[in-house]
Amino acid sequence: MNPTGNRGEGVAETPSDGRSEPADPGLTAAGSTAKAVLVVERLSKQFGDRVAVSDVSFTLAAGEVFGFLGPNGAGKTTTVRLLGTLIAPTSGSAVVAGIPLEPENGVEIRQRISIMPENPGLYLRLTVSENLRFFAGLYSLQQPQQRISRALEAVNLSDRANDLCGSLSKGLRQRAGLARALLNDPAILFLDEPTSGLDPAATREVHELIDNLRDRGVTVFLTTHRLDEAERLCDRVAILNTTLRTIGRPSDLRAQLFAASLLVRTKHPLAHPEELFAAITGVQGWQSDDLRTYTLAVTDPEAVAPELTRALVAAGADVLSIGEGRHSLEDVYLELVDEDVEASTR
Amino acid sequence: MSRTRIAAVIGKELREFRRNRLLVGSMVVYPALFTALPIATFFAREPSVASASLSNHIGLSLLYMLLIPLVVPATIAGFAIVGEREAGTLEPFLTTPIRPEEILIGKATAIAMPALAIAYGVYGLFLLAVELFAHSFVASAVFHSNQVLAQPVFIPLLTAWSIWVGIAISTRVGDVRVAQQLTVLGSLPPLAITSLMTFGIIKPTLTLAVILAAVLLAVDLAGWRIVTTMFNRERLIIGTTPRHTRRQKATNPH
Repeated sequence: MNPTGNRGEGVAETPSDGRSEPADPGLTAAGSTAKAVLVVERLSKQFGDRVAVSDVSFTLAAGEVFGFLGPNGAGKTTTVRLLGTLIAPTSGSAVVAGIPLEPENGVEIRQRISIMPENPGLYLRLTVSENLRFFAGLYSLQQPQQRISRALEAVNLSDRANDLCGSLSKGLRQRAGLARALLNDPAILFLDEPTSGLDPAATREVHELIDNLRDRGVTVFLTTHRLDEAERLCDRVAILNTTLRTIGRPSDLRAQLFAASLLVRTKHPLAHPEELFAAITGVQGWQSDDLRTYTLAVTDPEAVAPELTRALVAAGADVLSIGEGRHSLEDVYLELVDEDVEASTR
Repeated sequence: MSRTRIAAVIGKELREFRRNRLLVGSMVVYPALFTALPIATFFAREPSVASASLSNHIGLSLLYMLLIPLVVPATIAGFAIVGEREAGTLEPFLTTPIRPEEILIGKATAIAMPALAIAYGVYGLFLLAVELFAHSFVASAVFHSNQVLAQPVFIPLLTAWSIWVGIAISTRVGDVRVAQQLTVLGSLPPLAITSLMTFGIIKPTLTLAVILAAVLLAVDLAGWRIVTTMFNRERLIIGTTPRHTRRQKATNPH
């Protein structure tokens, strides 16, 4: 969710299903187009005959928290590995942190980004601080001790610096993994399913850390299949199912896929709902599963709601509530993924 | 290549070795095994023994000791890559700017340090024990044999061979135990030649020893280049090399 709507939105996208979201420069923090730190164009990856990722294009602006959603096997981790130069694309191109994604640029790209895989992959026989010192060496960082202290402070782990990683809980290991990923002040931080397998308390801690990263202006590329997580943390989300199905702000995606609606709840079933709703200007259709809850497709909820209320009262309905119908990101996700399932079974 | 990155790998590997009881155990048990037998039999030698038999015995004992620079690094090297993969540390490691050459040199150096220290240390102990406790006739025969000079030369050559074979196998197999067993097997061929010389099947001359040492040196120097070409980030992570990558003969991005 993005209540301020002021972060990194000024870049055009081209989802492969044709649902394009136009650039909106007015939504950037400073009122101007944010600088793109990641430009992906028609990226594809095939393993033998299996297509893992096909024709994926998107752009990520500096300082943005970008959610990459999709079911298991959708190609999320493959995309991260492609952009992290761990595997080579079959076709397509990308510019990562300002550097073209080419084999000869691998070292330079990896120097400027960080990837935290699903499993943080800490050396369990080493302490937290030894793990970080090792990675500081791999990034050839100047003043490594200062960087390590700063990274540990950022994830509230300074007091556990000398603990063996093997003795840490899963949540603390995830924090240590995040500290490691922050060591090199990455231009883009890729987090691959950072809350996978964590209990609710540890998940909340990781969410708070990502919120903190957002406040510090870190660009985050977050892959997840937890829709509540994406909705809470991300400025924009992309839904991937081998191809990019859609991309945009969660609120825009909801508006794009679902008509505006009003939700009416009554104590008893309405006597003649067809006649009642047909008489109201702006109601395009309605449905009810239990004859006490009515979902009305409307052109403009604010314009329709007063007239609807009057009509219901006039009809003697025992109205319990009238409210705007809200669709979650989960509804958007399921709508798109179900479309794919239907298409594949046709 | 970056010395900082290589030093980081060496430091991390040595710390991990020290805290891995299984590795420390195998570093202690194998050398103890390959040293105890020759030392014990030397102490039991009587001066009346025939000189040909004594010479054979010296050769056999020193051959035992040559197993140390083969087996000790093999047990660690087999663990080098596949161990990281099993522990889930390989992918985060490969996401850093480190190059394959730096990984290999760092890991090989870290393996060579304890392996050489143990091999030379045990050899020194053996010579000391012979000097102090064996019969003077036996001690004199040991210190005047050709093998006693060849040993210090062959220790690093065999260690390097074993390390490269181990790392090469470790990049290819998916299980630590299989890697370690194959590495021990793969490290034995040079020992076979040495054995043939020891038992007189190939006449052990200085020229042959020099040629063998030169060949081993050349193979060792080429080893890291060969293993580097086998080191493919994509294959290590996914498990297979993609066809288009093979066709282009392009390794994964460095």
